[in-house]
Amino acid sequence: MQCSICKEKPATVHLTQIVGDKMQKLDLCDDCAKAKGVNDPAGFALADLMLGLGAAQEIEQAAGGAELKCPRCGFTQADFKKSGRLGCPECYKTFSEGLSGLLKTMHKGTRHVGKAPETLRSSTEYAGRLKTLQERLEKAIESENFEEAAQLRDEIKQVTERSTAPKNLTR
Amino acid sequence: MNDLHSFLSPPAESARRHGPHDRIVMSSRVRLARNLKDAAYPGWAKKVERVKILDTIRPAVESLPEMKDSFSEAMDNLGQLDKQILVERHLISREHAAKNTGSGLVLNREETFSVMINEEDHLRMQALRPGLQLKQAWVAIDNFDSALEKKLDYAFDADLGYLTACPTNLGTGIRVSAMLHLPGLVLGEQINPIIQSVNKLGLAVRGLYGEGTEALGNVFQVSNQMTLGESESIIVERLNKVLDQIIEHEENARQLLLEKKPKTVYNHIGRAYGILANAHSISSKETMNLLSLLRLGVDLGLFPGIERSLVDELFLVTQPAHLQKQFSDKLTAEERDLMRADMVRERLKNVSRPVVKKTPPNTSN
Repeated sequence: MQCSICKEKPATVHLTQIVGDKMQKLDLCDDCAKAKGVNDPAGFALADLMLGLGAAQEIEQAAGGAELKCPRCGFTQADFKKSGRLGCPECYKTFSEGLSGLLKTMHKGTRHVGKAPETLRSSTEYAGRLKTLQERLEKAIESENFEEAAQLRDEIKQVTERSTAPKNLTR
Repeated sequence: MNDLHSFLSPPAESARRHGPHDRIVMSSRVRLARNLKDAAYPGWAKKVERVKILDTIRPAVESLPEMKDSFSEAMDNLGQLDKQILVERHLISREHAAKNTGSGLVLNREETFSVMINEEDHLRMQALRPGLQLKQAWVAIDNFDSALEKKLDYAFDADLGYLTACPTNLGTGIRVSAMLHLPGLVLGEQINPIIQSVNKLGLAVRGLYGEGTEALGNVFQVSNQMTLGESESIIVERLNKVLDQIIEHEENARQLLLEKKPKTVYNHIGRAYGILANAHSISSKETMNLLSLLRLGVDLGLFPGIERSLVDELFLVTQPAHLQKQFSDKLTAEERDLMRADMVRERLKNVSRPVVKKTPPNTSN
């Protein structure tokens, strides 16, 4: 097995991190493991390391081999591979397919829950989001998927709380 | 041009800021990442665009009531030494210290709000509090952000939330963190399992200066990693719970060490005092590690004459940039080690040797 970073030396360090129900795996050679501080538990976070490795590959696959380029800012998947950062807010749309897998391993969920700019909190876009959630909840209950239903209920609660809560110390 | 040196509170004063549980929790911080709609992120934007973004954001930030009489400066107007001092004070990130044209900093008088413009994101605003005050810091930065959103057009997506340069910050853009002094867990060799279990909860444990830094002086930073799929209040709440537990473990570890291995503890603290009070050359790293033990000694009542703030002040003023600032000539690393030792010796001149409590009754006196 090759090292996932230098892709030259054989991998001797194998990392698995489980957070909740998500598993991340990484295989490194001795030198790269040392360079990334894998032996120092204080300075090491697998998520930081995963970034820019897995995601770039996923974007590549999603693009079917052709190089994607953001129409707004000209950022390419190769740029993402290099920096692990995106070019502009629009890039999230351009690279959405490849990013969704990455977001799943990186975060608790793939949809935003929490604060939103006030102008959007009352807008139709926001109301639409609530509606989608409620529809998904109904479907989940119908199909007796109670785990998902409970999660959706929490999301809806957070969304409505956020949109109606006065700006004070209640949170 | 503002003078940073006269703006920042003197180290003695900043070491005297108190907060709940500050025996263990040195400070709390909540940071929000925000970006402007229709503009490339700082790492990708051309210089001209970055300058334009800075010119849009800076006046908006300055105009907030919280930022009255603030220190506001473009990063290219700050010298290397000033930037390093800001890093040592934890007011800007190391990444921001490397920025020049097109980046800026707005810092309020009380040093409780620090806004980095064009760091990795267009806006990185943080609320800072002494001790364990995560909720207060979150409420403060939440209000700050709400006021700012009326003046700036944020990049926000109903599904993905606040759009950030790095996908790791997407959604809430929040990073909640606390800086912890954990000598008991380190001496008791319990720190690694604690770090591992904290990691399992999806939280990161890092060194003194954040990402990729060593845990010098037994100081650790604990923060959330996930920003998408949970609300800010839930993230703050989780970190609070974890911190309560870490505090308890640290207190227990100290108690246990005193009961089971008092000689080891007194030996470490006594040697730390001996070296700090008598050395003629000492590196910044060694100083921090020994000051950590001195701080533990103060917490355990071994130095009745001194306050913890003296140790915290030394912790700050012995760091390279703070030390350099006190001397007009440029110092080499070796010269700094001499100056540092002189300063620490001088400050500890009137501190008596650690008072070791009575030996347990089962040993002969």
